[in-house]
Amino acid sequence: MTQSTDRIERKILLKASRARVWRALSNAEEFGSWFGVRLKDQSFAPGQRTHGRVTHPGYEHLVFEVWIERVEPERLLSWRWQPGIPEPGVDYSAEPTTLVVFELRDAEGGTLLSVVESGFDKIPPQRRLEVFRMNSGGWDEQMKNIEKHVAAG
Amino acid sequence: MSLRVSAPLRSAGFRNAAPVFAALGDETRLRLVAFLCSSGAKSIAQLTSGTDITRQAVTKHLQVLANAGLVRDVRAGRERLWELEPERIEEARRSLELIEQQWDHALGKLKRAVEGTP
Repeated sequence: MTQSTDRIERKILLKASRARVWRALSNAEEFGSWFGVRLKDQSFAPGQRTHGRVTHPGYEHLVFEVWIERVEPERLLSWRWQPGIPEPGVDYSAEPTTLVVFELRDAEGGTLLSVVESGFDKIPPQRRLEVFRMNSGGWDEQMKNIEKHVAAG
Repeated sequence: MSLRVSAPLRSAGFRNAAPVFAALGDETRLRLVAFLCSSGAKSIAQLTSGTDITRQAVTKHLQVLANAGLVRDVRAGRERLWELEPERIEEARRSLELIEQQWDHALGKLKRAVEGTP
């Protein structure tokens, strides 16, 4: 059960070295390969905007866009992004963002990765709603596609 | 997740969540909800006692909350009590859980990626 309305946190133990996990996170192209975004020839560098199209068939109209904050090799990667659905003609540069922080730690048998996304309380109600709409819409279906895609290949 | 979505997905679900968040986007109403949550059904008199909020103001706030499906009034004899509709609160809270699920899916994919190749 979610207690805080402002942040979510997930942790996962990965049976791989920190170097390996770091590469999968910090190499934009490799990140894109498991996250499902086309980030060829792009990189994650502090202060930089990175964006690309979602690669899953039927969902290519989705755009992934992040503003990188911190890149600390084999330790921490963070970015800001904006939840929700863009309205035509609206400049979103001033809209509130949520902060996503990936942190790596040594753990027995591998690497412990934590992901914290925070700042949901600052997202206006209407924008939150858009996020929920999106989640309740095609996302579950997309996830099934992802599972199939991975299982097949 | 922070993926931008075009028009076709907009019509999907959660239409009902808009009034919930709008209704909760006010400090007094948020307090009322928190109070009803911890105390159970209360009358207008009980809700205003010890506060500087007028009965009229509380009634108005409760009406907004009721329209969003967050509270309902029940008759207890000659008294009219207000109580929480926990389902709608749950629905709102579920939204963050959906985002958590998305992360779980994404991390599952990462796990397969890093554990499959050295």
